[in-house]
Amino acid sequence: MHWPIDLIVLTFVIFCAIGAISVKDLLGTTILFGAYSFMMCLLWAVMGAVDVAFTEASVGAGVSTVFFVAAVFRTSRRTKD
Amino acid sequence: MRFLGLIIVCLTGALLLYGTGEFPDWGDPDSPASIHLSNYYIEKALEETQVPNLVTAVLADYRGFDTMFETAVVFCAGLACFLLLRDFKEKKERFYRHTPTGVILHVKNSKKILKTGKEFEHMDKDWVPADLIIKTVCRILIPFIQIYALYVVAHGDFSPGGGFQGGVIFGSSLILLAISYDLKTLIQRVKEKVLGIFAALGVLIYVGIGAICMFMGGNFLDYAKLAPLIPGDPHHIRALGMLGVEIGVGIAVTAAMVIIYINIVSAGRHDEGR
Repeated sequence: MHWPIDLIVLTFVIFCAIGAISVKDLLGTTILFGAYSFMMCLLWAVMGAVDVAFTEASVGAGVSTVFFVAAVFRTSRRTKD
Repeated sequence: MRFLGLIIVCLTGALLLYGTGEFPDWGDPDSPASIHLSNYYIEKALEETQVPNLVTAVLADYRGFDTMFETAVVFCAGLACFLLLRDFKEKKERFYRHTPTGVILHVKNSKKILKTGKEFEHMDKDWVPADLIIKTVCRILIPFIQIYALYVVAHGDFSPGGGFQGGVIFGSSLILLAISYDLKTLIQRVKEKVLGIFAALGVLIYVGIGAICMFMGGNFLDYAKLAPLIPGDPHHIRALGMLGVEIGVGIAVTAAMVIIYINIVSAGRHDEGR
């Protein structure tokens, strides 16, 4: 059976995105955002855009997650709303 | 107010989804981009540039001007972080840790600066002991990450990757050093001034290669005009020009990433935080 892997990954992307905006803990949001970026990276790779996937993996899932964690570390961990 | 926001978001989302319906299908051969432009790149890029990776050929050669300003944007991001967050004020009080005994000294006189080394080490109120396992693993891992980053930059012509990705990976290896040891270890090895100079130098390499092409009588970033300057196969000159440009991008991105990290994590003071 041929697995529709892009649809499965897209479902994960949407769940990660909804989770990232609904979680109260900002550190959790950061991790979910990293997971979202990694799923997007898989999606790019499935579609054959390997260069974009590489950029997404290094920038989106790697460095920007670190920047967000650093920003949370310097501000507050809970959201106000 | 939140209800109004929800309505606006749903409306915008619906409009965007409606707009997506007009897009050509994924990989559609009749889409505007695939009619003449992609065909030209696929047929002529290898012949004209001698670069097997079409994406690099398009990004660094056919659209070199575009990539140049992308590099400038990354440089500006680093500059903005520096200007917004950097705090040059001298700290009033310092903390030191006497390494052999673990006694912590709180120096309130801002004039008195203890020499750090074997006996004393810097401390701050967020200090937690660096874990031996994490330190050792990261110390072993960092050189490999850096070699990989250099490979990604140098191999950008042949495989996915290039200056931007390689620069980010190299920058994150330096950030890993700051996370696993502490921020001071990184700043002692890579001075802030050096980072600033490197960020500007990367952009300058890119613009400089473009300007040399102009002096040699071609258009801006017309790498073929560099052929008399570099010995070797003149057909390969465009690939070499792209490599030079990618190195510039890599240097700029590395420095910009580290500048952004050290300014965010220490709130611009460069002494606290990991």
